[in-house]
Amino acid sequence: MSIPRRPRLAVWKFASCDGCQLSVLDLEDDLLAIAGRIEIANFREASSAVVEGPYDLSLVEGSVTTVEDVRRIKEVRAESRVLVTIGACATAGGVQALRNFADVEEFTRAVYAHPEYIRTLATSTPIADHVSVDFELRGCPISKAQLLELVSAYLGGRVPNLPNESVCLECKRRGNVCVVVARGTPCLGPVTQTGCGAICPAYQRGCYGCFGPQGSPNIPSMLRHLDYLGMPHPEVQRVFRTFNAFAPAFRAASEAVGEKGGK
Amino acid sequence: MGEVRVGGQYVLDRARFPEFLSALSACGYDVVGPTVRDSAIVYDRIEKLDDLPVGWTDRQDGGKYRLERRSDEALFGYNVGPFSWKRFLFPPRERLWTAEKVEGSFVVRPEPTGGPRLAFLGVRACELAALDMTDKVFQGGPVADPGYRARRARILKVAVQCGQAGGTCFCVSMGTGPGVRSGADLVLTEILSPGPHRFLLEVGTPLGAEVVARLAPPLSSAAKDEEGLARGIVERTAGSMGRRMDTGGIRDLLRTNLEHPRWEIVAARCLSCTNCTMVCPTCFCSSQEEVPSLDAQAVERWRRWDSCYNLAFTELHGTSVRKSGLSRYRQWMTHKLGTWHDQFGTSGCVGCGRCITWCPVGIDLTEEVAAIRASPGTITTKGGSR
Repeated sequence: MSIPRRPRLAVWKFASCDGCQLSVLDLEDDLLAIAGRIEIANFREASSAVVEGPYDLSLVEGSVTTVEDVRRIKEVRAESRVLVTIGACATAGGVQALRNFADVEEFTRAVYAHPEYIRTLATSTPIADHVSVDFELRGCPISKAQLLELVSAYLGGRVPNLPNESVCLECKRRGNVCVVVARGTPCLGPVTQTGCGAICPAYQRGCYGCFGPQGSPNIPSMLRHLDYLGMPHPEVQRVFRTFNAFAPAFRAASEAVGEKGGK
Repeated sequence: MGEVRVGGQYVLDRARFPEFLSALSACGYDVVGPTVRDSAIVYDRIEKLDDLPVGWTDRQDGGKYRLERRSDEALFGYNVGPFSWKRFLFPPRERLWTAEKVEGSFVVRPEPTGGPRLAFLGVRACELAALDMTDKVFQGGPVADPGYRARRARILKVAVQCGQAGGTCFCVSMGTGPGVRSGADLVLTEILSPGPHRFLLEVGTPLGAEVVARLAPPLSSAAKDEEGLARGIVERTAGSMGRRMDTGGIRDLLRTNLEHPRWEIVAARCLSCTNCTMVCPTCFCSSQEEVPSLDAQAVERWRRWDSCYNLAFTELHGTSVRKSGLSRYRQWMTHKLGTWHDQFGTSGCVGCGRCITWCPVGIDLTEEVAAIRASPGTITTKGGSR
């Protein structure tokens, strides 16, 4: 009987801050166990030694913001058996998708001494807008526990157990007191997907929506409620326009508020 | 101290309450009771009198809970908070068993059961009713949940009759309170006035008698005075419920109104956030998952609280059975108030009002029932077409 080859892992970077890739390195205690079962073949953040593709599992960080990105993600897809996007940039376009609501040329003129050197697309878009994606890991940054579950599920040939339920459920399991009901603090928990462990409400702050929309968000009701809590419209728009601004449900929220105008 | 008897009624002076806490400890119980944390009264470990919400109360309405100072030093002058005793008997996360690969086969190890003996201090009448309901769910059938059963067997229940009704309370409508009928080891009624701050203490079981017998000097027996005052307190509370629900024929009312237009209206508000089910003292849904080790040599099975409001909760072969918010809200309410009768022989609602207070947008099931009752339809369907 031949010894089965370890599956080959590649980690790719597009427009992003590298934080999610760092989460891979942050697995620390489990990293050796992972390396024992998976060949970390192409992970430039960790090592310049690169093993040629194709790869069994590709983790893709970052969004598509240049013509070059559009070409490169197709190559990555072509040499990846399973492609998983990691983090809000890859799954929703990231904070850089704020450009999608504005004029990129104006930005480049304001920021760069030589805007003519900048070649960029007018939008920042999620990977899934360009190639088919097998699974998404949400978050800004991703959760280490979820990453570990993903790798473990991949190795076991099973579906990862990563719920798309609201932050509220985790918040209650954790034993937090609801900041909305007990303090009147605006919180995106009801429309946001779990994964962070309900960190912000545990410190009496509202949820900022880092993990993007939950499986069945009721945006109109959430907007009415933020209004009722007295959150001014520009702030409502701003809270939906962070790391997951271009996720369809959050985008719909910020655009709906935009149409209402300031208050 | 043979004179402490089941059914006996005694007077416990407020000044001696620390001794009462010590008596609970001396009988081998860790006390869990009300305490102020993060702008609410929650249930947690109580080690001394000051851990209790002395002089605090809460003001509750749909989607709103605020702590407020009382003008007195009441120990139990509040109504139920965001957590129920459920989390001590049916923890939010629980490992059920582990398994390991051993020489080509595998060995399953059940999770050890047991843990500390807990005294639940400040259990309200509605919460006693809720405990009866979860007892039916977890240990009333042919197969008992081993963890629940083990923990439940180690609980002493010190009930408190409510001295006030909360803004979202409707235990009178559900027939569960505010007076304690049965199921408690000890029952306290807090008497703030007239006379000195004191408690009427009724002994419900031999376990309760054991605690009272620890107190030295022994407690004096209650006079007609205290008994009358306690009755008056409960009557006054019963007369000031924040909400009410007409439960007449409710099972059939809901069953024959599955396509009522009201469901659309409530679904437009419902966030599908699961908060109502998390705070409900009787909601018992869970999911179980296997967590294998990376080397695939061992696995743990975990159970965690889940909710019928989750899309994934009814996912069968790749799609959810209840896709719309409407079908999920309807499922929850018709189960709680209707089909629970078919399943367990009672309503699943105790009228504690938590689902109303802790719904971020203040959805009120008493209002929803009233709206359906006001214009009942006649359309019957066999269930969720949406």
